[in-house]
Amino acid sequence: MLFRIYRFDPEKDAKPYMKDYQIELQATDRMLLDALIRIKAIDDSLSLRRSCREGVCGSDAMNINGKNGLACVTRLADLQSPVVLRPLPGLPVIRDLVVDMSQFFKQYHSVMPYMVNNDPPPDTERLQSPQDRSELDGLYECILCACCSTSCPSFWWNPDKFVGPAGLLQAYRFLADSRDQATSQRLDDLEDPYRLFRCHSIMNCVDVCPKGLNPTKAIGKIKDMLVKRMV
Amino acid sequence: MALPVRKFDAVIVGAGGAGMRASLQLAEAGFRVAVLSKVFPTRSHTVAAQGGIGAALGNMGEDSWHWHMYDTVKGSDWLGDQDTIEFMCREAPRSVIELEHFGMPFDRNADGTVYQRPFGGHMQNFGAGPAVQRSCSAADRTGHAMLHTLYQRNVRANTHFFVEWMALDLIRDPSGQVVGVTAMEMETGEVYTFHARAVLFATGGAGRVFASSTNAYINTGDGLGMAARAGIPLEDMEFWQFHPTGVAGAGVLITEGVRGEGGYLLNKDGERFMERYAPNAKDLASRDVVSRAMATEIKEGRGCGDSADYVLLKLDHLGEELIESKLPGIREIARKFANVDPVRDPIPVVPTCHYMMGGIPTNYRGEVVATAGGGREAVVPGFYAAGECACASVHGANRLGTNSLTDLLVFGKASGDTTIRFLKENPTFKELPGDAADVTMERLSRLDARDSGESVYDVGNELRQVMQMHCGVFRFPDLLEQGVRRIKEVEERVARIAIGDKSKVFNTARVEALEVENLIEVAVASLVSAHARKESRGAHDRSDFPERDDENWIKHSLWLKEGSRLEYKAVHMTPLSAKTIEPKVRTY
Repeated sequence: MLFRIYRFDPEKDAKPYMKDYQIELQATDRMLLDALIRIKAIDDSLSLRRSCREGVCGSDAMNINGKNGLACVTRLADLQSPVVLRPLPGLPVIRDLVVDMSQFFKQYHSVMPYMVNNDPPPDTERLQSPQDRSELDGLYECILCACCSTSCPSFWWNPDKFVGPAGLLQAYRFLADSRDQATSQRLDDLEDPYRLFRCHSIMNCVDVCPKGLNPTKAIGKIKDMLVKRMV
Repeated sequence: MALPVRKFDAVIVGAGGAGMRASLQLAEAGFRVAVLSKVFPTRSHTVAAQGGIGAALGNMGEDSWHWHMYDTVKGSDWLGDQDTIEFMCREAPRSVIELEHFGMPFDRNADGTVYQRPFGGHMQNFGAGPAVQRSCSAADRTGHAMLHTLYQRNVRANTHFFVEWMALDLIRDPSGQVVGVTAMEMETGEVYTFHARAVLFATGGAGRVFASSTNAYINTGDGLGMAARAGIPLEDMEFWQFHPTGVAGAGVLITEGVRGEGGYLLNKDGERFMERYAPNAKDLASRDVVSRAMATEIKEGRGCGDSADYVLLKLDHLGEELIESKLPGIREIARKFANVDPVRDPIPVVPTCHYMMGGIPTNYRGEVVATAGGGREAVVPGFYAAGECACASVHGANRLGTNSLTDLLVFGKASGDTTIRFLKENPTFKELPGDAADVTMERLSRLDARDSGESVYDVGNELRQVMQMHCGVFRFPDLLEQGVRRIKEVEERVARIAIGDKSKVFNTARVEALEVENLIEVAVASLVSAHARKESRGAHDRSDFPERDDENWIKHSLWLKEGSRLEYKAVHMTPLSAKTIEPKVRTY
């Protein structure tokens, strides 16, 4: 199988280039990450992030034949040859497939991504009904891989001002939690032409999420909360 | 050569569950704490834990920490220290409640309390049974939910993370006190000395020492390698847990929670074979017992598939609704990695290396203890460890499912608290020795200078094959003997590793080479300790010594790198307040 991979080492390359690797796959090579590890055994200068190899840690997000995804859960059998691999779009490249995710995490950190409850903690758990708990399904599972935000044109244009789908999904995860007490503070923070309202429901985020989550829907719910608050 | 120095009250190495629970204590107490992690914190391997956290909350029916303690001691096959086990089981409910207060999205019961599911080896009434529901869970993504919750709480506490920094070596002064670490910033390749009043290791496990493993690529035993090179012993390294249900071929974990929710194992005859091996607990016997049963079925020709090399995990009878609500991640994994939808078809599974019971020796306060002044348990000043890299020893010869998350919550917090006490009592920095960075610089310059030699990939694979073949579920005297010899050959090859990539920028070839230098310490310690232990206990099963030998072997192994030699120390049979649980025959 032929792989065409984006290469760039700022220490020696004036500019990025694409490099071809022709690889004999083994029967046990099931996922794209398996092939990348085989390539790395031949050319140890290829840099990429990877860890859990089962789609829960979010390390190996990259652009695969034009679409963002995780190498470890992308089946080789589903890919057209040549497989063209590039770093996630819109973020500065550190080297090869490794991008600088600072801007992405800065936006995540900006939404107060932690529970706020100022009541004195009881001796037992804070009670939550199964129905209230189910409001968090489809939200808490985010792995912060950045496939969504780096596929979003609004995030490409304004990564410093628009929170982006991943950050907004997490903002809603706390807005939706019956135990959280910072609803109005969270909404105040998001009521902004850029932070929330740069989302134009293009839905690339939904299309690429490797966990099947729906940031656009969560963003819609935040907008609903803002409308309800006004009337 | 001197390196640039950064100074912190405390340095924590590792940002998984244990590291982040500890950093929270320190950051909230106002200390300057640096947390070094090879990966962004939420990518640490705690994220992959599925089934739950063991704690006797009693939300589903009667339970008590005494029962949890009994199960843990029995699960450990009486190798676990009963003081640390008491501490863990007693503190577990409080730790889980705290985590809930931090925002953890636990599943809930109709009355709003935290949902708990059954898990292997957790029983009512001091082992008498039936099974108790003790595992506090968030669907089958408990570790993910927990790791993100802990990271979020650390964001709130303004913890100072050094993301994608790899710690390289531990620094001790001439008195043996730990005064810092050296570390490399992966993005730039720059190496720094971190000067600290206290160092806490929470570097996780080393499951990548086996060819077939549920563990993430990052689980390379870095803390153990650093400790071993600095003269700290590694405890009970012969005890490796093989999880019964790794996806055949892929190694990816399928939680024991599947069996907790009512799934069971079948051989090629469609027989529910665990009924023969563990008549009471059946599929919820402890992991060493189930893994051995599976390996026996396969060995005796009752495995499934063309090569008869796996068994089947059946759960379709649970129904799609339950699978979707309680085991959605498993369905996703089975579809992706086994090509089956468990709502209809069983999942092919095999015992797969999962957890390291051994590690850096600690006491129940999280202090690292080592041989000094004639004693085996002298506190190493300024050095703490928690989580899988530590050996407290709460898991002894076999860990119960759910107790790893319990361990890292309870001992993450306890080691953080102990570190705080030490910092208050020792307000000044001890001097950095002049040669603090020498070991590290020597390792790095050797790697950079060498233009040809062994490849990281080949040597790493050989190391994993040796462990897989010589140190597996069943152990044989001749294979152990050869294994010790072969791993020493691998050790020599490790010293000759060369990398082609010399760039300073995000050089993952260099990172992998440094990781293999840690893995080899783990592998040698494991084989040497396994070869020497002449009995069968928990996960260590020897064909030539099939019985547990309480007269000679209720003792912990301590492997020292210098001369690759072994010492032994007594198991703590006296709990902190409860009565000793006396050894007896272990059946499920």
